[in-house]
Amino acid sequence: MRQLKFFLKKEFQQILRNKLLVRLIVAVPIVQLIILPFAANYEIQNIKLCVIDNDKSEYSRKLINKFTSTNYFILTGYFSSQKEALHYLEKDKADLIIEIPKSFENDLIRESETKVFINANAINGQTAGLAVSYSNAIIRDFNNDVRIEWIQPMRINSIPTIEISSTNWFNPKMNYKYFIVPGLMVLLVTLVGFLLTTINIVKEKEDGTIEQLNVSPLKKHQFILGKLIPFWIIGLVVLTIAQIVSFILYGIVPAGSYLTIYLFAAIYLVALLGFGLFVSTLAETQQQAMFIAYFFMMIFILLGGLFAPIENMPDWAQFLTRLNPVSYFIEAIRMIILKGSGINELSKHFGIIILFALIFNTLAIYSYHKTK
Amino acid sequence: MSTIEINNIQKKYITKSNTITALDNVSFTVDQSEIFGLIGPDGSGKSTLFRILSTVLLPDSGEAKILNYDVVRNFKEIRKIIGYMPGKFSLYQDLSVEENLNFFATIFETSIEENYELISDIYKQIEPFKNRRAGKLSGGMKQKLALSCALIHNPKILLLDEPTTGVDPVSRKEFWEILNKLKLNGITIVVSTPYMDEANLCDRIALIQNGKILDIDFPKKITEKFNKDIFSITSDNMYLLLNDLRKFKDTISCFAFGDSHHLVLEKNKIELIQLEKFLSHHKNLSIKKIKPTIEDCFMQMLQNKN
Repeated sequence: MRQLKFFLKKEFQQILRNKLLVRLIVAVPIVQLIILPFAANYEIQNIKLCVIDNDKSEYSRKLINKFTSTNYFILTGYFSSQKEALHYLEKDKADLIIEIPKSFENDLIRESETKVFINANAINGQTAGLAVSYSNAIIRDFNNDVRIEWIQPMRINSIPTIEISSTNWFNPKMNYKYFIVPGLMVLLVTLVGFLLTTINIVKEKEDGTIEQLNVSPLKKHQFILGKLIPFWIIGLVVLTIAQIVSFILYGIVPAGSYLTIYLFAAIYLVALLGFGLFVSTLAETQQQAMFIAYFFMMIFILLGGLFAPIENMPDWAQFLTRLNPVSYFIEAIRMIILKGSGINELSKHFGIIILFALIFNTLAIYSYHKTK
Repeated sequence: MSTIEINNIQKKYITKSNTITALDNVSFTVDQSEIFGLIGPDGSGKSTLFRILSTVLLPDSGEAKILNYDVVRNFKEIRKIIGYMPGKFSLYQDLSVEENLNFFATIFETSIEENYELISDIYKQIEPFKNRRAGKLSGGMKQKLALSCALIHNPKILLLDEPTTGVDPVSRKEFWEILNKLKLNGITIVVSTPYMDEANLCDRIALIQNGKILDIDFPKKITEKFNKDIFSITSDNMYLLLNDLRKFKDTISCFAFGDSHHLVLEKNKIELIQLEKFLSHHKNLSIKKIKPTIEDCFMQMLQNKN
């Protein structure tokens, strides 16, 4: 016990003496939570719109107005030939081109049918997809307006229509920050729990100090606990900083309880620290450790559902996310913060993360040897 | 019973492209309160042997016993009775002198106060800097701190892997004085060094090369066994001199030793005058017959092997 206590004291002395590291542990969550939720915004606005109006009629003007009166589009060009418009697209001055045919108004009135041509710049697939679906909605709306205008005199609504009204549960205003901030909390805890632990242990290897510990009567479990406990605590401290920042900046208060979040984070950190320890037994230098850890971090984050929803991934990728502890924590923390889920609703997540903790730590203890 | 018994220890490092035999059937014994030196160039297997003795590396075959404890089976007991100082400085550079000592005392389940007597001679020299970070100490002071840490749990055996490498001559001398004091306290010391001049400071030495022991004896005996004439020769053009000496018909070997060349010839084979005549075109020529050093013996053994 005395040995472990002293080992922990030494660890904290070393960590606290590393002034830059201490500052980073405090600053990283704050800076990330200030910058990323604003930058990683999927609500696409200010789509650059070009119009090729071959008709120049009342209806064509109405349609264009319909587009520009939303917040989504800004008109950057108004042309009469396709060539000029495509030139704009090439120069990245337009994201979307709408081409209105010459007989737009005539066809609409006489034949009750006409066509509009849409070109989207698909360099950024996300913007293109959204721009097309926004314009579909706008054109559908325009279509309805036209119908109503013509049908109204009849006073009898002879065409049955289904109107859709939707509500977004758990995030009524579809505020993207509510989606991204809980995910970022997981990212931060992962960064500390995994990256810092791995590098810390490998540093002992690189400095040769582990050699001195190996020839001492210090027990294996004392060494492992002595290494994991400090980062377990730091992980929870970082989580706390993240909670405070997200409350102050975004007013995010978990719908569920803080206790559930911390309980989950506590177990999650045990799993992750075990994995960090395992990676550290593979690496001989900090450079190797950094690279291995970075490789796993990238996969964990990108396959964790932080940015891209897991449901949109192909089946094989969805299968991989099930092997990723980060994805469970991201899902769980979103359920707790947005939905107010408790331990009962999260029993599956808790079960799996406990399993991860057991597997990773067994693996780590098995592969850490004092003797080669 | 010997304090340390090593029998036919074999250790190979196998990589994809080749196999390196770090230790090839090494056997020797070390007696109590003896300073036993392992003398050999870099890469001769000294560190591997230390790592096996300190239980952090397993031998492929053979056995080693320290105070009758087997290094493989009884590693737990051995870890309590040995003090190991690795070749590379491996204390916490970001902890102070005192914190390092305190830390190692604690993990060996003791305290500085308990064994202060043992380390006081050494520790007193670094005590004025006890609040300084270990990383900021000079080479000599680092080694004294490392020795203090290795001694803090009152070990019966000290394993010192190249403790004086990279240390200034004054500190080296002090370090050896400390070792002699420790020896008087009954501690058995195994020390390795690439410096041949330190060989004479050991009680017994083993000359080691490519994982093989060339000879084990008292340093004096080793030089006495040298049955050839040896000359120390200098002149203004040392490079040309070396080439000329190697061309001399009776030369067995000639090597550059610091600022002079050592020429080895069969005992009483030639007169000095013959050699002087052969080298007459050199300016400021000086030829002295000298007593062989450990290094001369070592070089000779390598020659014979080849």
